[in-house]
Amino acid sequence: MNASYEWLREFTDFDLTPQQLRDAITSRAATVEELVPLRADLADVVVGLVVEAKPHPNSDHLWVTRVDAGASELLDVVCGAPNVQAGSKYPFAPAGSTLPGGLKLERRKIRGEVSNGMLCSARELGLGSDHEGILPLHTDAAPGTPFLSAYPAGDTRLVIDVLPNRPDLLSHEGLAREISAFTGNDLHMPEHANMTSATAFEHHAGESTTGGVHVVVEDAASAPLYTATVIRGVHIAPSPEWLVNRLVSIGLRPINNVVDATNYMLHGFGQPMHAFDLDRMNGAEVRVRNARAGERITTLDSVERKLDASMTVIADAQNAQAIAGVIGGNDSAVSDGTKNLLLEVAVFNPRSVRATRRTLGVSTDASYRFERAIDAHAACDLARYAAALIISIAGGYVDGAPVAIGSPAASPQAVRLRMSRVAKLLGERISEPECMRLLGSIGFGVTSGSDEALRVTPPRWRSDVTIEVDLVEEVARLHGYDSFPDELRAFRVGNASDSPAYVVTRRVTTTLAGAGLLEVRPIPFVADAGENGVRVLNPLAESEVLLRSSALQSLARRVEYNFAHMTRNIRLFEVGVVFSRGVDRIPGERTVAAAIIGGDRSPAHFTNPRPPQTDIWDARWIAERIVTAAYGSSAAAFQPNESGDGWSVFWDSAEIGTVAPLVVDAPVWAPPIFGIEVDLTPAFGMTRRPVVSRPLPVTPAAEFDLALLVPATAAAADVARVISATAGETLESLVPFDEFRGIGVPEGFRSVAWRLTFRHPERTLRDKEIEGRRARILRALDEELGVRPRTS
Amino acid sequence: VSESTLNDFKSAAAELQRAALAAFDAAGSPDALERARADFLGRTGGRLLALQRQVPSFEGAERGIAGRAFNELKADLESRLDARRVALESSARSESPQIDLTMPPRRQFVGAEHPVTLVVEEIVDIFRRIGFAVATGPEAETEWYNFTALNFPPDHPAMDLHDTMYLAKDVVLRTHTSPVQIRTLQAGPPPIRVVIPGNAYRLDPFDASHAPMFTQIEGLSVDEGVSFVDLKATLTHFAQLFFGSTRTRFRPSYFPFTEPSAEMDVECRLCKGAGCAACKGSGWMEILGSGMVHPNVLDAAGVDSERYTGWAFGMGPARIALQRYGISDIRILYDSDIRFLEQVAR
Repeated sequence: MNASYEWLREFTDFDLTPQQLRDAITSRAATVEELVPLRADLADVVVGLVVEAKPHPNSDHLWVTRVDAGASELLDVVCGAPNVQAGSKYPFAPAGSTLPGGLKLERRKIRGEVSNGMLCSARELGLGSDHEGILPLHTDAAPGTPFLSAYPAGDTRLVIDVLPNRPDLLSHEGLAREISAFTGNDLHMPEHANMTSATAFEHHAGESTTGGVHVVVEDAASAPLYTATVIRGVHIAPSPEWLVNRLVSIGLRPINNVVDATNYMLHGFGQPMHAFDLDRMNGAEVRVRNARAGERITTLDSVERKLDASMTVIADAQNAQAIAGVIGGNDSAVSDGTKNLLLEVAVFNPRSVRATRRTLGVSTDASYRFERAIDAHAACDLARYAAALIISIAGGYVDGAPVAIGSPAASPQAVRLRMSRVAKLLGERISEPECMRLLGSIGFGVTSGSDEALRVTPPRWRSDVTIEVDLVEEVARLHGYDSFPDELRAFRVGNASDSPAYVVTRRVTTTLAGAGLLEVRPIPFVADAGENGVRVLNPLAESEVLLRSSALQSLARRVEYNFAHMTRNIRLFEVGVVFSRGVDRIPGERTVAAAIIGGDRSPAHFTNPRPPQTDIWDARWIAERIVTAAYGSSAAAFQPNESGDGWSVFWDSAEIGTVAPLVVDAPVWAPPIFGIEVDLTPAFGMTRRPVVSRPLPVTPAAEFDLALLVPATAAAADVARVISATAGETLESLVPFDEFRGIGVPEGFRSVAWRLTFRHPERTLRDKEIEGRRARILRALDEELGVRPRTS
Repeated sequence: VSESTLNDFKSAAAELQRAALAAFDAAGSPDALERARADFLGRTGGRLLALQRQVPSFEGAERGIAGRAFNELKADLESRLDARRVALESSARSESPQIDLTMPPRRQFVGAEHPVTLVVEEIVDIFRRIGFAVATGPEAETEWYNFTALNFPPDHPAMDLHDTMYLAKDVVLRTHTSPVQIRTLQAGPPPIRVVIPGNAYRLDPFDASHAPMFTQIEGLSVDEGVSFVDLKATLTHFAQLFFGSTRTRFRPSYFPFTEPSAEMDVECRLCKGAGCAACKGSGWMEILGSGMVHPNVLDAAGVDSERYTGWAFGMGPARIALQRYGISDIRILYDSDIRFLEQVAR
């Protein structure tokens, strides 16, 4: 909502600077987001007093004047205006100032006489098209006073964020009401219209006739109140200056006196209005009806729109001439030749206006207000004021008694306000008289009951106030939020403990960040989510209509982004939600940790210019870190996947993740990348076992290495299983520490070196015991797996 | 005669010792030291040889004395020579360094949490200190949880602020984290004190200041006797801890699920309240929305709104991350550009 500082003053007096006004409105009613000083281009202009005016010696139409512009000396100024008079004040632009339009004034000689600036006409100041010379200022302001503070051309626009619960603030009158409650000054009507010509309304149901026009409301649900006033004999012309100023001050473009008057009413009082050119209507009939399926109308914005039967239109005997509450039609628009008008002032149903404007995709100042509900009880009075205003500025007369069809909704009901409830919600006692005063200041009817409660009747423009807590909010904001203390009072700690999802997410996040990975938070929309994808019915982009089923789908795109920006070393992770089609219509959600890594394993250093490259074994380590962090133990099973290039991760025989090379759209220089994804959801319900330490050994270990030739048929896990089974209880650890294929190793074999560490908990192991085990192990490996020691 | 000869021998030895030590000290390099060694201790032509040759010329006990004196002298000089050699070698090392200590250290890749996560955690930490726990909930919600239970009037302009992505007729991607308020209220009786971080979705075109998915954090405090003063005091306390000592301001606002509703501003960080372009001249920066939980919300969640009252707040950590890291385009928080993320890794 744009409001004008000067326009607000039409409704109530206040002695506040624009900044003070901003703060008062913001702290009590609605946030003023911005103050826009208008006519800042006149900041250089001052009030100049012409002390002396003599004919120019070298010209028969110029004057040489001496001007008091507030400086210690009078200035010589050459002037060409016939109306310049000594002793009068005029706007004066001194040399060095810039006029609207960018004209920069300089001290210069005009036909031999020095001129130190310019006395200005209204047109030169951008204040109108007056050609009759310079603008006389009837002001007490001293010479040198800024012109804008002496002449009502300056203004400040307030850009106000009016929230959906306060439609009453969508007008200057409504804002002025809040200001008057703040200042204590009266609220009054502007004096632009001569109300003596206003006629009373006749109220009817269904249909009636006014000024020879038959008015029918077929769709009373969509138009609970419809008024029509016929005004004949108007003269369409540009609006008077005050009206132009009002509209320009809030950023509207003046059109003509009648249209401008309806816009003045909308922004002044919050009541949308529409004037039809009666002579361009087919037949003397106005009909509020449902649109016919496929009916078309070209609206004021010159767009042809196709209507459907859910919409309400204002039609003549044949065609739709306006879309109810949204926008008028081109055919019957008021234009230069218009003589006779039908002025529509109606109340349309908020929901049907909302539905129509959403379907059509057109939002107007009118639809914005109807959607939020207007003050239906004011419609007839405002229609009378509007007719009088139009007649005041465009001439004409009201033909016949204007008609009102239907009736406004019931007035707001009285609401009980308990003083105890005010104190309970606000934490401060606010006295009954003070509550009465505050509510009364914005037009609420308040009576005191015997039960420590008030009976409060909201004014007709506050249909948003229906229950007790609505009144508590009114009391709180009028009392002033900043008046409540900031004291921290005693509280009880909450009952709930942290969500397990949060706890696990935090553990995994800190673990992965600690492992050198960078966290990302990508948007989970993807183009392809596999067969289990969840579709967004109304997606933002057609390319991303699905919710991801794996976090690697999002991360892969982020890796491509980094490759595209020439980043080679990749180490991204995310802990986030993935979606799957649910059993019901609600999708399944799981929280996963995912990472993608690739490239150098550490930053290059001069001691090691070509660092080792990340491979699948790094990925496996990341996966184990995730499992340990989330599940509290590394006891997950990593089973080789079907393609033999990575693993599926199992926990308690359920698959919870994958580790595998990943293919993305990558440039030739890109390193291989590896993806890890682990489902954290099963860990949410788990109780973590506390870590219990083992006593440190007190006996020495004995160890030996086995270099084994392993045939392709045997896996390391097989070898480990046989060794563990034969080595006996004292085997403490078993680690494959080298793998080799090639020279010296027969075709179809590889050499794997294992280190076996033995330890007896109570005594030192003898060499002979160890040697005996070596022989047993080698025999078992040969018999069960065809694995033999490497001899060369 | 022999007495004086032995004395001569001893003084010659003392003289040689003095001269040798002076020569060793004077040697500035291992080469020079080697020359000094050859000069005094050399097997051929060393100056000690002449002294050594005199030893057999003594008789009886004197020969023993002279021999011991000579051996002591030689041992002393050899040990002095070694000490001097070590000293020279170590000073040689430090004078022509073998490592250039101006070279960079060997580094590991440093990981980091996302800037938005860091802000969320900072907020969570502050509220934890005053008795709040963390609650979470699903990102796909029914309309009932997302709107109806939160007192959104059906088909009302309040919905315009929540352009919604639908997954089914009445299933949405939550437009705020507030559905978790309802789930928390349903889960257990007050006292309730939770903060709720999470993702929310709106049908906003992806541009410099909007994203279709964003992170929110909100808080909920419900108990008997919880009031607007508690709201103001707690949130002001939070602002003091989060932003450092700062002024706050509360102004009227509207959310369907709270009443009275209030927006909290803190003094603009850039202009200290004087008014600048960043705060549109107001001197204030909008930080969070808040309000007393609407009785309809408590009732919808099965909590007696006559007995219990509560307050709630919600804020966008991304906006704070933008300020904190001097980011002008919100999309950089989603790009996942490693060059950016490494800058915030600390």
